[in-house]
Amino acid sequence: MARAVSTQHKTIATAAAWIVALLIFFPILYTIITSFKSEQEAIQGFNLFPSGTTESYIAVEAQRGYFKFFLNSVFLSVGSTILALLVAIPAAWSMAFSPGKWTKDILMWMLSTKMMPAVAVLFPIYLIFRDTGLLDSRIGLMVMLMLINLPIVVWMLYTYFREIPGEILEAARMDGASLWNEIVYVLTPMAVPGIASTMLLNIILAWNEAFWTIRLTTTEAAPLTAFISSFSSPQGLFWAKLSAASTLAIAPILIMGWFSQKQLVRGLTFGAVK
Amino acid sequence: MATQQTRSLARFMIAPSVVLLFVWMIVPLAFTLWFSFQQYNPLNPIRDGFVGFSNYALFYSNPAFLQSILNTLILVASVLLITVIGGILLALLIDQPMWGQGIVRILVISPFFVMPPVAALVWKNMIMHPQYGVFADIARFFGGQPIDWFGQYPMPAIIIIVAWQWLPFATLILLTSLQSLDAEQKEAAEMDGAGFISRFIYLTLPHMSRAITVVILIQTIFLLSVYAEILVTTNGGPGYASTNLPFLVYQKALLEFKIGQASAGGILAVILANIVAFFAMRAVGKNLDK
Repeated sequence: MARAVSTQHKTIATAAAWIVALLIFFPILYTIITSFKSEQEAIQGFNLFPSGTTESYIAVEAQRGYFKFFLNSVFLSVGSTILALLVAIPAAWSMAFSPGKWTKDILMWMLSTKMMPAVAVLFPIYLIFRDTGLLDSRIGLMVMLMLINLPIVVWMLYTYFREIPGEILEAARMDGASLWNEIVYVLTPMAVPGIASTMLLNIILAWNEAFWTIRLTTTEAAPLTAFISSFSSPQGLFWAKLSAASTLAIAPILIMGWFSQKQLVRGLTFGAVK
Repeated sequence: MATQQTRSLARFMIAPSVVLLFVWMIVPLAFTLWFSFQQYNPLNPIRDGFVGFSNYALFYSNPAFLQSILNTLILVASVLLITVIGGILLALLIDQPMWGQGIVRILVISPFFVMPPVAALVWKNMIMHPQYGVFADIARFFGGQPIDWFGQYPMPAIIIIVAWQWLPFATLILLTSLQSLDAEQKEAAEMDGAGFISRFIYLTLPHMSRAITVVILIQTIFLLSVYAEILVTTNGGPGYASTNLPFLVYQKALLEFKIGQASAGGILAVILANIVAFFAMRAVGKNLDK
């Protein structure tokens, strides 16, 4: 029997939840609002109604060359994710479908590498990058981001693949499907949603990675994280420009994030909470 | 029924991931360990050589070291406290029947997707700025004196920013767990006359305990290595007031070129992370056996 919810209860809950949610969202909202103000307006005290000018957006591109950093972010996050998937899919696949004695230990060990603090390897990595000419190179950083997220990718894929029932594979084999047919017609269609979710979460994580992307780049390979950090030493007043750059930096990933709430829970808890 | 062939195929498929991760983690870590026993200065290589444990002694006797450890622990503990308690309350609130629940969820989860430099700079300049920030506007509106957050209270300021970033994560995980609580069980408890408080203590909280553990452990891993938020707001200052361990290691390595000391600090960070990892692995590992 469904519980009858009093309208009063529902009204109070709605009001309370909306107030809290808007407070939490406020810094983002205010950034978007400020991005449509002129620099003059931006420092004239609290004001939720901007004049609607887009001069800050124009200035961010004209003076700071925003688009190059944006492209680097896209290249690095998508590239590192595809690279990670290429390496991780076979591994997760074989661990899920023909687990061996060491499968669990390998998974745990992979997870443990994710827990290694980045600073512990900062200088050796820096030296290796410097001596091989990879500092400030897109390829070097892409490989770096791939390695950072590889454990999460393997884990996520593993938890998805494990849910594909093995009986279906056996049935296909009984019907005389070759290994190739089995992979293309039976496994792949079932694995696609899991792979897509993994990809989505990983792009978000790579996009927002803010240690190696800042330390291993200067100008050429710098993505938006490094671009935004360059605003920390202000020359003059720049609130509106900072807001415009910030809005542009977070908008794509914010929208992707809204669609990946479920995957986020699963991916970041390594399947422990679903 | 694993044949010899499929087993070697499996090994062949796993190998690239394992080798890559192994090379990436073990080789640099071995370097760090080696450097931690060396005098090594790229700017002044004359005195380079083996120095035993003196890097550790130097790093650990540095007053900044003690401060950075303290700051690291304060940051982790405060953010955990705020996000876990706040997350439970928020999850309970959002779980109530209401209008526009989907939008509320989206608004609450959003800060998690904001990249750390943006989060830190937006808070620093638009919210907490002592002259133009929203907090200053509010203080002036009530006739108070605006607070110079990053000058006077650098650690609380950073804690607020980091907590804002991680509260959505805690809320989302705890809400997911809360929603998997059996509705029948809830109703049965209600029928038996259990009030909201006793339902929460005897039914909801035990159900969420696993999710709470996971939130604490995973956040701790990330919170131990907070970096960008400090870099773009206080740069570790004033003095060492907001320097945490990762930030101190970064300063020693890339600003002062005291590689030996930085490596000794890095090794300590590894030990610290490993203590946490030990518990995290056990919690996640349990899930594998099911």
